Amino acid sequence: MKDTAEYQPVFIGEPRERLDETLKKYPTKQAGLLPALWIVQEERGWISDEAIAETAQVLRLTAAYVKGVVTFYTMYHRHPVGENFVQICTTTPCNLCGAEGVVEAFLRETGCESLGATSPDGKFTVFEVECLGACGFATPVLINDDFLEDVTADKIPAIVKKYRDGTSG
Amino acid sequence: MGYPHEPHPNETILLSRYFGDADARSYKGWTKRGGYKALEKALGMERSEVTEVVKESGLRGRGGAGFPTGLKWAFMPEKNSKPHYLCCNADESEPGTFKDREIMRWTPHALIEGCAIAQYAISAEITYIYIRGEFTEPLKIMQEALDEAYAKGVLGNNAMGTGNKLDMYIHRGAGAYICGEETAMMNSIEGKRGNPRIKPPFPAAYGVFGMPTTINNVETLVAVPHIVLEGAEWYKAMSLSNPKSTGTKLYSVCGHVKQPGNYEVTMGFPLGELVHELAGGMRDGRTLKACIPGGSSVPILNKEETESCLLDYEGCVEKGTMLGSGGVIVFDDSADMVYQIMRLARFYAHESCAQCTQCREGTAWTTRILERILAGKGAMKDLDLLLNLADQMTGKTICVLSDSCAAPVVSGIEKFRDEFAAYINGKREPVMVQD
Amino acid sequence: MGVAEKQVKLTVEGFDVTVPEGTTVLEAAKQAGVLIPHYCYHPGLPIAGVCRMCLVKIEGAPGLQIACATNAAEGQRVSVLDDEAAGARQSVLEFLLINHPLDCPICDQAGECELQNYVFQEGRSNTRYAEYAKRFSPVEDFGGDILYVPNRCILCTRCVRFMDHVAEDSVINVSERGDRAFIGKHPDRELDHPWSGNVVDLCPVGSLISKDFLHKARAWELDGTASICTGCSQGCNINIETRNAVVVRLRPRTNLAVNRYFMCDHGRMQYRWMNRGDRIEAPLVLEDGELVACDWDHALARAAQILKGSSGKAVALISPAVPNEALYLLRTLFEGFDFSGAFRVERVEEEHALSGVENLALRRERAPNVAGATILGYEEQFDSAVATVKDASVTFVLAEPLTGVDVSALTGNGNFIYVGAYLPDVARSATVILPTTIVAEEDGTYVNRDGRVQRYFQARSGPGMARPAWWITGELLAELDRGEPLISAAQAFDRLAESEPQFAELSYDTLGTSGAALKQDAVVGATR
Repeated sequence: MKDTAEYQPVFIGEPRERLDETLKKYPTKQAGLLPALWIVQEERGWISDEAIAETAQVLRLTAAYVKGVVTFYTMYHRHPVGENFVQICTTTPCNLCGAEGVVEAFLRETGCESLGATSPDGKFTVFEVECLGACGFATPVLINDDFLEDVTADKIPAIVKKYRDGTSG
Repeated sequence: MGYPHEPHPNETILLSRYFGDADARSYKGWTKRGGYKALEKALGMERSEVTEVVKESGLRGRGGAGFPTGLKWAFMPEKNSKPHYLCCNADESEPGTFKDREIMRWTPHALIEGCAIAQYAISAEITYIYIRGEFTEPLKIMQEALDEAYAKGVLGNNAMGTGNKLDMYIHRGAGAYICGEETAMMNSIEGKRGNPRIKPPFPAAYGVFGMPTTINNVETLVAVPHIVLEGAEWYKAMSLSNPKSTGTKLYSVCGHVKQPGNYEVTMGFPLGELVHELAGGMRDGRTLKACIPGGSSVPILNKEETESCLLDYEGCVEKGTMLGSGGVIVFDDSADMVYQIMRLARFYAHESCAQCTQCREGTAWTTRILERILAGKGAMKDLDLLLNLADQMTGKTICVLSDSCAAPVVSGIEKFRDEFAAYINGKREPVMVQD
Repeated sequence: MGVAEKQVKLTVEGFDVTVPEGTTVLEAAKQAGVLIPHYCYHPGLPIAGVCRMCLVKIEGAPGLQIACATNAAEGQRVSVLDDEAAGARQSVLEFLLINHPLDCPICDQAGECELQNYVFQEGRSNTRYAEYAKRFSPVEDFGGDILYVPNRCILCTRCVRFMDHVAEDSVINVSERGDRAFIGKHPDRELDHPWSGNVVDLCPVGSLISKDFLHKARAWELDGTASICTGCSQGCNINIETRNAVVVRLRPRTNLAVNRYFMCDHGRMQYRWMNRGDRIEAPLVLEDGELVACDWDHALARAAQILKGSSGKAVALISPAVPNEALYLLRTLFEGFDFSGAFRVERVEEEHALSGVENLALRRERAPNVAGATILGYEEQFDSAVATVKDASVTFVLAEPLTGVDVSALTGNGNFIYVGAYLPDVARSATVILPTTIVAEEDGTYVNRDGRVQRYFQARSGPGMARPAWWITGELLAELDRGEPLISAAQAFDRLAESEPQFAELSYDTLGTSGAALKQDAVVGATR
């Protein structure tokens, strides 16, 4: 989607240096695309159509090409998300261990109306994701970059409070 | 289950020895535990000798396909003007599997060492370690370890002071199961959609950036230093059943067991013992119903098959399934097999890259039929339809994602037909599935 | 040179065929006369191997193999009708149809749709997907001439590969994954590349469609005729598609030596002027100060009379869209005169190359026969030729529209004969006006910028009494006792070939539908 605010380029100053450093690892500029998109998301929280166009320009690609890549990878946000992005694994092994209850509890506690929606206070967006690769620690939950293991429904009020209050450290 | 935990006496601890030992994460801690001795030794050997010892050891790919590792390396052309690449597959995303995550979390230098040896053997100057984007913690730990390895001269233009150029970079994935398929991974590294490529050409001839490339799984690579140090015979001796399956293997046991976690045992270990003994068995009052032994892509085993299956490449095939990645998903008698199979099909429908017709449409259609059965609107002929679709989704596409969707459906209908029938005949409460 | 390619012999469905090593099974099968059904494969694009429609059984190989990405090998035995292969194809068709609307009655592709054709040929007669709603997405305007109908899309990715690898301008992409995938683009940029119209031809179904052609005709009502594009000097081979004598569409015709499988959007739009209604339909002669319609005998006699009674300087102003035959005959008509023939060419600033194909572009010079006119002795000296009209005893205009030419410049002391399809105001000062046919209504040849002579064929009849220019000039020559009247364009070409060394030994038969290079180094007038 488009950014409604006037667009400010991402790749100036430090982010640009970080990208240039990354590009040294690859024989082609194109290979820098996934890392570049990560930088955009770190800087802006999501990847707008404008940011896609800018990234394309920086890497000498077309905007349509970059958009095709962005839409392939589910971790790139194409809409603004809540301050805390909650990803809950619900694939089979976690499902066996009650992941759906964890999802329900997160929706309830954060006030998010549905999966993918942002809570009225803008603090949370809750997402169901496929396998997080920690099936032995069901149910794993990824909140921003924090990887939580062995999450059960009863632990959720405390977790949500911690992130809502910004005391997650 | 967290770490540290006491290993079970029947485990053969090799790769997982320092799981839970935070001190092993640092360069200092790693060298104190004998780390980088194997790399030093390897760099003093001829490249072909390294490949030879790995070939001799019988080590096979731990990512799922079980291809002999040394043979794969031997496919690489002689060093010429073209750059060679090693890609380390750390995109661990097969449901039920979480071993590579622990290897990277606890022993990042073990992986660096394994990569460096492989890299040397195949004359590659660069390794890309492709780590799935969701692995925030392993990403951080691996990056720190890499920085340290560069600082200590393990990597770089004069690796270990031997004049060899060994560079190693992390490439972060961004949420796509299919990037664990080796050709999709190469596309992803190149900054493309993670679409699997048609083969031939094979990666050893035309890999990442069009150059000769080898792709190895994390667990495969961390076994290499042990083989280099202890020798092929020693490794080969670790085999309980079939001489074609050697060494130790990490099994990620999850689902309905008392102590889910990673267990390392010798090839040929009984699956029943792994589930009932090492992983603590069923929860109180529950009995074993089914088990998927090699990650979600392989056929489901029933109780009897589980209890008589030997965990090696051949033993699994004998039971009509595959060793795969060693992700053991255990279902007890409370599990709703129809629902869980639908959940697997939905996973594959979500992850299909959209290239091949059978996969793009078949995974989604299969999911819809299963949802319909769960909603009590199915008919017995739907089961024939599912089997027919599964047949057309098997062996007909570029990669095996579509086959992987078909495997649990076919084995599920075959072994748990009565559960499907219960939904269809109204003997079980319908389950509404949200899309 | 001189090293013979290694050949391999295989059988496809029992037919033996020998092909050069490296040929795909799919192409080898074509040679054997067997069409292996396919969607994503196109000879002008890189191999994708994604539709899985061309799965065939190869004896000795496990399972099925895709014919588009498997090389033919010595002794291979390929079966297309094998039960397993036929089953796989039927299944692919079913998978493609589950979300495909059955809107053939309102789909422009119907009748030339590869999905429709193959389903009819070997698809299931019923659906097993009845209980579920089909995927629906609204039609999207991709910009340029192109509409995208996602519901009909089978994700063969031909369009994306064309833009990526042939146009080398990635304006469209595959977006999303799984069955949610579609052909997408970025909102900042339209699909307005000068060659983007090719994606409509490449689309095997009615997913990418032309706005210009939208709901204009059904495929089965169209008659196709081989022709040459008049949009520039590249000489792309095309098909003129007509319905009831109206040209409704121009599409590329394969010629590997010129345009491969493609043509540009500018060229596609050339059909519009072909349907102009303001045509001259009868010869006109000046009688008592007024132009009066008459029959050909009368008009030709009058024109011949003028030529007979003139001498000294003669000027011909011609269009570089006139075919070689007429240009040659016109020149011979003025033998014995102090003759100068001239033309002008519209030249634009930029060339629009199709970068993935060598030597293919929408050229700066926007006329089809600049090279032919130059070889046949006409000069790009239009203004100076117009300036000499006042001293000429005869001025002969052939299809030149006279735009910007003042009537006073054409009414000197001599006579003015105008031959063309349309009648510009200044031409009303002519003594004789003769109506010609246009490219769609006659046979003829052009020489493209690379010196390749190519034929075009008559697609429909001309209006009223209009005649090809070769016929008119041939008749005039006969009136002057300089040879028998000509009865065909082929004969006119033979006369040209006899006299012009660069055309020596060429004939309509040898040119066929793909043309031939001129005999000598005759690349002229291409660039300036």
